Amino acid sequence: MAAGSAIEFRLDPGSGVPTYLQLVQQVEHALRLGYLKPGDQLPKVRDVVASLAINPNTVLKAYKELETKGLTAGRPGQGTFIQATLSQVALPELTGLRRSLSGWLAAADGAGLDRDGMVALFSSALRDFYERRRGSRTRGSPASGETEGVA
Amino acid sequence: MNVVETSGLGKRYGRTWALRECALAIPAGHVTALVGPNGAGKTTLLNLAVGLAEPSAGAVTVLGGVPAGSPAALDGIAFVAQDAPVYKNLSAGDMLHVTGNLNHRFDRAYAQDRLAELGIPLKQKAGRMSGGQQAQLALTLALARRPRLLVLDEPVAMLDPIARHDFMATVLAAAADGVSVLLSSHVLAELERVADYLILLSKGRVQVAGQVEDLLAAHRMLSGPAGEADRYADRPVVHVRRGEAQAHLLVRAGAQNPVPDGWEAHPVGLEELVLAYLREPGAAALPGPARGRGATMTEVAR
Repeated sequence: MAAGSAIEFRLDPGSGVPTYLQLVQQVEHALRLGYLKPGDQLPKVRDVVASLAINPNTVLKAYKELETKGLTAGRPGQGTFIQATLSQVALPELTGLRRSLSGWLAAADGAGLDRDGMVALFSSALRDFYERRRGSRTRGSPASGETEGVA
Repeated sequence: MNVVETSGLGKRYGRTWALRECALAIPAGHVTALVGPNGAGKTTLLNLAVGLAEPSAGAVTVLGGVPAGSPAALDGIAFVAQDAPVYKNLSAGDMLHVTGNLNHRFDRAYAQDRLAELGIPLKQKAGRMSGGQQAQLALTLALARRPRLLVLDEPVAMLDPIARHDFMATVLAAAADGVSVLLSSHVLAELERVADYLILLSKGRVQVAGQVEDLLAAHRMLSGPAGEADRYADRPVVHVRRGEAQAHLLVRAGAQNPVPDGWEAHPVGLEELVLAYLREPGAAALPGPARGRGATMTEVAR
């Protein structure tokens, strides 16, 4: 790929994830980890095509999706540029959150949960959290005034 | 614009029909993969499209209605036949010279730059090049003609993995520049990455045709109890794989179609889809323009 692009795409044929989505996810991942920041240019479509030997429409679809998500913007004749960031939280706060999560992990371990058990419990709680939040938002006329039922 | 359009197209060799009642409309701007078992008629169809063979029945036009084989058609199409044909005793430079003189449009500068990029010296004889280099030379000569449609017959069958990757990278970069591509291939695993339009031939007939995205969205894999597999009748079943307890049905159904109780639905990949149809030569999926304008969609046949 052309020198000077901040990231290089790769493909995992065994992942079962559609190719365009792999590209989208790699950009999002790089944004979360700070490898990409606003103003950075994504590799040119033709360069991605030539380096991965993939269909150009796949790359266009991925770049369109990133644009729809508001993460990138195309500049005519120049290419596609990052315009948003995905790391919403400053580093000190992240460190604090990580510490409290470590405390939870130690407690779960102490209670006898194994790794898969922790992942399952966390995913389930995360799903509930967002479902509850979405529920309260869509219903969310202030008139209802009712808080989500907590057992 | 359709880069290849056929209606009632057939080709007979002696008493055998290599291709029959072929109705296709391949839109421009795609990389189209032509797949099918040996003897399905892939090479016959490609030869008819580029004008190397005359139809026994029906008609084939290219590049938006131009008769195949006519001067205008020849001018806009580049064809690389099976086994990357190059003259073994000619050097790369000679081949470039000859091809340039035989075609009224030939981008000599592009060809020279490309060969330099590939590290192929102009003095080197084609017969002394690796298989990958010979294929790249043939492809370079084809692309230097600046075609609107590039047709390749089994282009990567003989190449090692790296040569195959590099060859396809060149083809797809041309596609990114706006060249429509039609290629036949046996390598199913790479199909999903490379092609966005699929034609599956079986025993001389078109079995599946359409945009890959549409085909994948119109099929799902249902997994559930083997005992109930035969009772599934909501949507056409293409292929069944059955264990003692669990069965998998590849069905023509989209995300909007209901999933029976006790069954799970999964999206299918292109390789899985193609294999299922190859195993069921009686099933057909011909959405979109493949049946010609105005015709109704063919549902199943099992």
